[in-house]
Amino acid sequence: MGAQLRVYRRRIRSTKSMAKITRAMELIATTRITKAQRVMQAAEPYAREITRAVSALAQRVSDHPLLMEAENPTRAAVLVISSDKGLAGPFTANAIKESERLNTLLHNQGKEVVQYVVGRKGIAFNEFRKRPMERTWEGITERPSYLDAKEIADALMERFTQDTETEGGVDEIHIVTTKFVSMLTQHAASHRVLPLEVEEVEPKVLEAEQGAQPLYDFEPSAEEALDQLLPQYVANRIYFSLLESAASQQASRRNAMKAATDNAEELVQTLTRQANQARQAEITNEISEIVGGADALAGASAGSE
Amino acid sequence: MSKKLFVEIVSPEQELWAGEGDMVIAKTVDGEIGVQPGHTPVLALLAPGAVVRVQGARETGEVRAAVHGGFMVVTLGDRVSILAEIAELAEDVDVERAKAALRDAESQGSLVEDESAQARAARARSRLQAAEAAEASA
Repeated sequence: MGAQLRVYRRRIRSTKSMAKITRAMELIATTRITKAQRVMQAAEPYAREITRAVSALAQRVSDHPLLMEAENPTRAAVLVISSDKGLAGPFTANAIKESERLNTLLHNQGKEVVQYVVGRKGIAFNEFRKRPMERTWEGITERPSYLDAKEIADALMERFTQDTETEGGVDEIHIVTTKFVSMLTQHAASHRVLPLEVEEVEPKVLEAEQGAQPLYDFEPSAEEALDQLLPQYVANRIYFSLLESAASQQASRRNAMKAATDNAEELVQTLTRQANQARQAEITNEISEIVGGADALAGASAGSE
Repeated sequence: MSKKLFVEIVSPEQELWAGEGDMVIAKTVDGEIGVQPGHTPVLALLAPGAVVRVQGARETGEVRAAVHGGFMVVTLGDRVSILAEIAELAEDVDVERAKAALRDAESQGSLVEDESAQARAARARSRLQAAEAAEASA
């Protein structure tokens, strides 16, 4: 067998086995998206209710320290949710790009940025550039539990309640996560968790969206209720962001692996064509050699007679 | 009474139970509260390690849940939502484990004024309470 042909065959074999791996990863990611989506749906009632409760409380209490914007904020915490594993297409790159954008924005507003990073990829990115990270979490991005979210929330809330001047606390908390739009579209987005962004909405619009807001009685008092609910609300926002990011990550991985499998199959096709061509060329070559040899033999024996 | 409450018990990770009931009894930080249809809207913080009871619910007659670090929202239209970071239905409580956790926490809690141990003890106690009441009615 010719050297050329052997090289082609080897490349076809390796591409095929690669395609098998990427196909398997695609299938795994597909099942995991459904799982992640189910978890997201299960978490929805709580998220909805706590958001309603907090917005009802925020309407009532206007001067709670956790709701007030600092007069001139000097420091902001940014929680970046990336992934632990690669091979998820542009997932991590997009999340990091978004966090970079946010960091620059905050910087331009004169705020110091304190980074909290979830996921090995995001940590590696910052470590490589020798950027400081306040705290990091690894190995929770694929299946985040509420306890993980609570731990993160506790760390952030502790910083938030500290005084900015003397203890190095933060004035704002931002989250960078990847929104799950559909199986095919996910985009990185950032939003501020604390202080709550108070939206001025026309009462009629609000009513249409959430139903009538009843005038609650509070036990013990609105302030105390808010004291306890806000940390839970933040933990819940983080939990939901983690879940969304996990679903997006799997979806992104599925798309990337599908593209990889398709490309590998196309490559196998091209390589097979080239290999066939090489084989044909070799056969032609052999035939012409045999014919040439036979001719030469015939010529020699004819000459001797 | 023909009117019913619509009750849901929700933890961050899932909806534990949702259904209709005649009355919800819970312990808030201020004391016991009972909610029947037509109650005024209330947002109440539940006491740590509380047991929530929904009477007149489904065939068993009563649903109990051990609830920790939660709150209760009663809205117009007789909807009651109980939200808790840690919540467990009475049927799901592992009695042995809860007992062990209680012993564990109590032995630690008596040694030092350990807040987390106290909280753990309260949690275990509420789980046991919920489970025992379920056994008694069964």
